[in-house]
Amino acid sequence: MTETTFLDANELVINMGPQHPATHGVLRVKLKLSGERVLGSECVIGYLHRGVEKIAENRTYAQFAPYTDRMDYVAGVTNGMGYCEAVEKLLGVELPPRAQWTRMTLAELQRIASHLLWLGTHALDLGAITPLFYTFREREEILSIFENYCGARLTTHAFRIGGLQYDLYDEFENDIRKFCDDFLLKIDEYEQLLTTNRIWMGRTQGVGILSAEDAIALGVTGPVLRGSGVRWDLRKAQPYEAYDKVEFDVPIGEHGDTYDRYLVRIREMRQSVRIIRQCLERLEPGPIFGKVGKVIKPPAGTEVYHSIEGPKGELGYYVVSDGTVNPYRVRIRPPSFVNLQALDKMIRGHLVADVVAIIGTIDIVLGEVDR
Amino acid sequence: MQFLFRHPLILSSIKILVVFMALSGVVAYLVYMERKVLAFMQARLGPMRVGPWGLLQPIADGLKLLLKEDIVPARADKAVFLLSPVISLVAAFSVFAAIPYGPGGWTITNPNIGILLILGLSSLGIYGIILGGWASNSHYPLIGSLRSAAQLVSYEVAAGIAVVSVLLIANSLSLVVIVNRQQQMGVWNVFLNPVAFVVYLIAGVAETNRNPFDLPEAESELTGGFHTEYSGFRFSLYFLAEYTNMVLISSLAVVLFLGGWLRPFSSLRWLWPLDYAPVVALVGAGAFVLWLGLQSRVRGERMFFAALAILCAALAGVVGIPLVLSSIQGVFWLTVKVLAVLYAFIWYRATFPRYRFDQLMTVGWRRLIPVALSSLIVTATMLIWTGYRVVPLLAANLLAGILTAWMVSVRGAGNRSRPTREAI
Repeated sequence: MTETTFLDANELVINMGPQHPATHGVLRVKLKLSGERVLGSECVIGYLHRGVEKIAENRTYAQFAPYTDRMDYVAGVTNGMGYCEAVEKLLGVELPPRAQWTRMTLAELQRIASHLLWLGTHALDLGAITPLFYTFREREEILSIFENYCGARLTTHAFRIGGLQYDLYDEFENDIRKFCDDFLLKIDEYEQLLTTNRIWMGRTQGVGILSAEDAIALGVTGPVLRGSGVRWDLRKAQPYEAYDKVEFDVPIGEHGDTYDRYLVRIREMRQSVRIIRQCLERLEPGPIFGKVGKVIKPPAGTEVYHSIEGPKGELGYYVVSDGTVNPYRVRIRPPSFVNLQALDKMIRGHLVADVVAIIGTIDIVLGEVDR
Repeated sequence: MQFLFRHPLILSSIKILVVFMALSGVVAYLVYMERKVLAFMQARLGPMRVGPWGLLQPIADGLKLLLKEDIVPARADKAVFLLSPVISLVAAFSVFAAIPYGPGGWTITNPNIGILLILGLSSLGIYGIILGGWASNSHYPLIGSLRSAAQLVSYEVAAGIAVVSVLLIANSLSLVVIVNRQQQMGVWNVFLNPVAFVVYLIAGVAETNRNPFDLPEAESELTGGFHTEYSGFRFSLYFLAEYTNMVLISSLAVVLFLGGWLRPFSSLRWLWPLDYAPVVALVGAGAFVLWLGLQSRVRGERMFFAALAILCAALAGVVGIPLVLSSIQGVFWLTVKVLAVLYAFIWYRATFPRYRFDQLMTVGWRRLIPVALSSLIVTATMLIWTGYRVVPLLAANLLAGILTAWMVSVRGAGNRSRPTREAI
């Protein structure tokens, strides 16, 4: 749309958002339409910009950690985990096993919670109202586990640089085991409502096709990339924590359409349950903190880029130290921001109704896009 | 006095008043029922705050809408904007004049072209939607109203064809005759021509803009559709019209296909205990309410439920009088059936995602209309060939319906294949 401002008689420019129920926050999409067909689009972002990266330069390493929870606010645990790991890498700290297994357990629970939120809202955008209530019911259980563990549900600040702030509460393992057992049946329930539903298939199959080449060229990561048939998962490709010690599969799609991305995420939830169960088996009593000083001061001139597989894709932190207690620079690579670039590619030639489906399938969180 | 009661104007006026009041109440509590049923299916409670079990919620909603500001957009076509919700509502309500609620005098009017009158009047409602969307002078309402127009026109064709096959069986356009005919045959039309019933039901859901065909008001795409610019009381008129149309479509489905006011198996004499179903239903309702009251810990609620239970018991007593029982028989069964169809409407809403616009058109023109047409042709042929006999009609219709449905879906399958690509 940027190349032309001249509209012929059949063309119409409409604004979708920033106040629109289907844009999942304050995303504004300018759409050029011919009838109901999309000729082109342009995303306008920044409505939720809070200068998170700049804030980091004025906080100590430990003080900045809670801010990361507020980027992808539906996956606070994974955000915090990525940051803590980046600083730990900078300091060269080794984590005790108990801390690692706990982190992985909570991170996988967070992945499920994030996917559940995505599934509910995505289905709601396509007119199916019931899955939302089912997915929120299960998400609620995960949030309760978080609450019991660290006192917060959404912006958890669950981990500290060097380990965990709190040891686990008594019923932790039982709660999670029980959740895992129930949850697999619940996934079947969602699938019953959607997977073979003719209308759902009609709305998602062949919609928003992103080829593997395009996905790679645009830097897309996470379930969107895997939906296009690329087997790329940082948990396998460059294992962090103890992901190299657990067994799990990386589901991929074949066609790169919205339906495949839906299937990929559903299967990922099952894999997460598998990982959680393995983590719980290896969870043994022990120390929860590595050797970290009271004041975190990485040596001057050191820098690190560390990325983890967040629920939405590659979440990277680039941290530079100048030897003081504050980081010199923190640069964040948010998966939503990069994945959003694929939107225009995916919606061209589709109908307005599909735009809603495609925005939903990318699974963006505007807090993370704008930071 | 006798003269006054016999005078058609006065009698009709009383009937109209009664139907209008009853219908308003039904529509208000239909919204309540929808919210409660959806809540039940979605693992939540639904309205619980206003009154015991949220029973006063519809009244609170109505009051709220009445007290809200009635906004007219600055650049709207004022006269049309103000008028169009009224058109929709009047069209929706006036149709009920021709619906037979029971045998004999249980109808406001019984024109011999009843079904034509109903189809014609209910089609007028679309003017309210188109004009409202156009007069709002805004993008989203305009798209929404155009979608509505296209959708209603397409689905009315299928619904119309499905209705015609019923008319062939009944040999009349009068709704009373259609029901009487079902009594004579001893079989409801749904068992003579289930294909037409299914087509009519699907088209009916589409005509009332209900999920999965609720595109004109797809809130996630069009932020409300044709009534985006409407607020307060005028919005509630549209809302009322939509739910009234739901009741209408269900009533018509019941009259045309499900035997109208007839008791199930009305030809089987030994099922006479079914005649006492109204009494049993009221006693059951009373017992349920009593149970709710016993569970409640709030004093006011217990009193309310007790009063409700006593009311139910009293009503059961009145209904138990043989004369009353025989006269309300028809209305009772009609209500039960209409509620069953309405429940199905709500059920769809809880289950299905929404069609896309082009898919909606495909379903209407390329699936429903061929199926309806085949059922019509088969019905006509069988009526000439074998006459009014149940088994041949049913068998031929089912066969033709399944065959046509298979043919149209096979034809469509070519479009649904997804472009495939090698995985890396």
